[in-house]
Amino acid sequence: MTTPSSSGDSLVVTDLHVEFSGFVAVGGVSFDAHPGEVRFLIGPNGAGKTTCIDAITGLSAATGSAKLGEQELLGRPVHKIVRLGVGRTFQTASVFNELSVLQNLDIAAGRHRRWTSLLRTRRGVDPSIMQALEETGLVDELATPAGILSHGQKQWLEIAMLLVQDAQVLLLDEPVAGMSHDERTATGELLQRIAAKRIVLVVEHDMDFMRRYATRVTVLHQGKVLSQGTVAEVQADPKVQEVYLGTAGAATTAAMAAVPEEAAAELANLQEEDSHA
Amino acid sequence: MTKLKPHLSLGGIGVFAVLLLAVAPSVLTDHWLSNLGKYCCWAIAAVGIGLAWGRGGMLVMGQGVFFALGAYSMAMHLTLETAGDGVPGFMVLYDPLAPLPAFWEPFRSTAFTLLAIVVLPVVAAGILGYALFKRRVKGAYFAILTQALAVALATLVSSTIRETGGDTGLSDFKYFFGYVLNDPANRTMVYLITAGLLVACLLVVWQLYRSRFGELLVATRDAEERVRFLGYDPANVKLVAFVGAALMASIGGAMFVPIVGIITPAEIGAAASILMIAGVAFGGRASLFGPALGAIAVGWGQSSLGSTWPEGWTYIIGLLFIVVILFLPKGLSSLPARFRAARRGPGEPLAAPAATRQLEGVTS
Repeated sequence: MTTPSSSGDSLVVTDLHVEFSGFVAVGGVSFDAHPGEVRFLIGPNGAGKTTCIDAITGLSAATGSAKLGEQELLGRPVHKIVRLGVGRTFQTASVFNELSVLQNLDIAAGRHRRWTSLLRTRRGVDPSIMQALEETGLVDELATPAGILSHGQKQWLEIAMLLVQDAQVLLLDEPVAGMSHDERTATGELLQRIAAKRIVLVVEHDMDFMRRYATRVTVLHQGKVLSQGTVAEVQADPKVQEVYLGTAGAATTAAMAAVPEEAAAELANLQEEDSHA
Repeated sequence: MTKLKPHLSLGGIGVFAVLLLAVAPSVLTDHWLSNLGKYCCWAIAAVGIGLAWGRGGMLVMGQGVFFALGAYSMAMHLTLETAGDGVPGFMVLYDPLAPLPAFWEPFRSTAFTLLAIVVLPVVAAGILGYALFKRRVKGAYFAILTQALAVALATLVSSTIRETGGDTGLSDFKYFFGYVLNDPANRTMVYLITAGLLVACLLVVWQLYRSRFGELLVATRDAEERVRFLGYDPANVKLVAFVGAALMASIGGAMFVPIVGIITPAEIGAAASILMIAGVAFGGRASLFGPALGAIAVGWGQSSLGSTWPEGWTYIIGLLFIVVILFLPKGLSSLPARFRAARRGPGEPLAAPAATRQLEGVTS
């Protein structure tokens, strides 16, 4: 009854609402994401970015609509949504620490197997697993227990698991948090390669990373879409500047108080870099 | 998880099989052979607990329920076999003209009895597990619930003297599928069947642990949410392990009856269920041999120490349980690895976090 979506389908989120016992975390968010673009979802803390992903993946109950191609995602159990081709990562890398990299990937590949194969022992390495290892640069770590990988490698392993899983939609929650500059660059290039055939939606705080790799950006603020467009369009949007920096006028102090300093500093940093360029 | 080479483990099962099936019958007296048979019954249940708890993370505190399903199925059949065409003796005690309760009738059939020993626990555990795991009941709630079921079933059996023999239980079996149970040769045969079943259960979990399912089960134990996001339903994975554990407990219970010659609610209640867990924790719940060896050790302690110093035995087993969980969370089977790590030198970075995680698993 659930057939995986074919590649080429788009993810269309319309009027998404998520409430936690009266508190509106997401109040009517609409956006779409297509194969071929690296889509970013940004916003200050508490803007509802992760909640959007939670709603799309079935972790939080939501109203509205989230469609992958013709398939409605909302209202289905988590594992059924995954089988439709929607995969995600978490802010804290959650790999199976006690299992090796290969075992992690093998489990991720399992949903395409018949259940009888579960009773047999793994022999050799699936071509799809080898491909994902090469794509993410983890070939040498095949037999390493996932628990002793570096932070960045764990995130790559998670992305590799999504590739092996053959997810059509990759929802990545702060994939470069805590990564070194080189690791960020490698991750960004990896995302661009992946995005050629799949839908990649990234939730990020890191403005520099967003500026370098985003094709289109949606800015969320207090559970609503504040602005949408290319990086340049979003940066030029006075509403975005207001949220991140406060307007020069009267409302400044109130707005500043509402905005986390970290995010404000990041945007200031971003605009500064932009003016240099 | 993959520390032991698979073929080394298989060789271990082979040695174990030779010890149980060839060495023990020729060395041990009839009395001790029968005792060893009893321990093997607990060991069969323990192997299942190792699967559900050690690998699956489900603290099954009520395996007495499934032990009882197998044991009472077998006991009813053997009672009827002994009674011949009549009504079992204990029933006549209360009402000489009472008919046989309807649910006893099918157990006259050998085939039905054997089928019941297998099907009853699978159906019961299937329904129970489905309801619990789909609702994501886990941790302490799951443990308490299973424990409560064991208490409830033992109470039910105690209170239905007329139908089940109550606290006195079912006993005085003369025949085992036509074989006279008083004959030492037949008793050895019953022992050999039990030991053979234990070896078979070990082979089953050996294959399960090295299969993809084994990896998936460990993954589900360690990060259930993550498994869900890989497109599996963790409830189904846990259900398979839970049903497997229930089936093994039932088989252990079924063989317990001809070997020990009596089954009472005391053998299936809370205390008995916890004693099964104790053996598994003692031996090492996640290892292949730990649960079986632990159960045999606890059984042996019970019949040797427990009979010479009964008031002290309870304290000893309690103390052992505490010491093992505090200092050897992976059980006695982790001793060789620890010894090797200690010889290789201090500062083994992985040992400490692994140990704490295990301990968290025990306490959660």
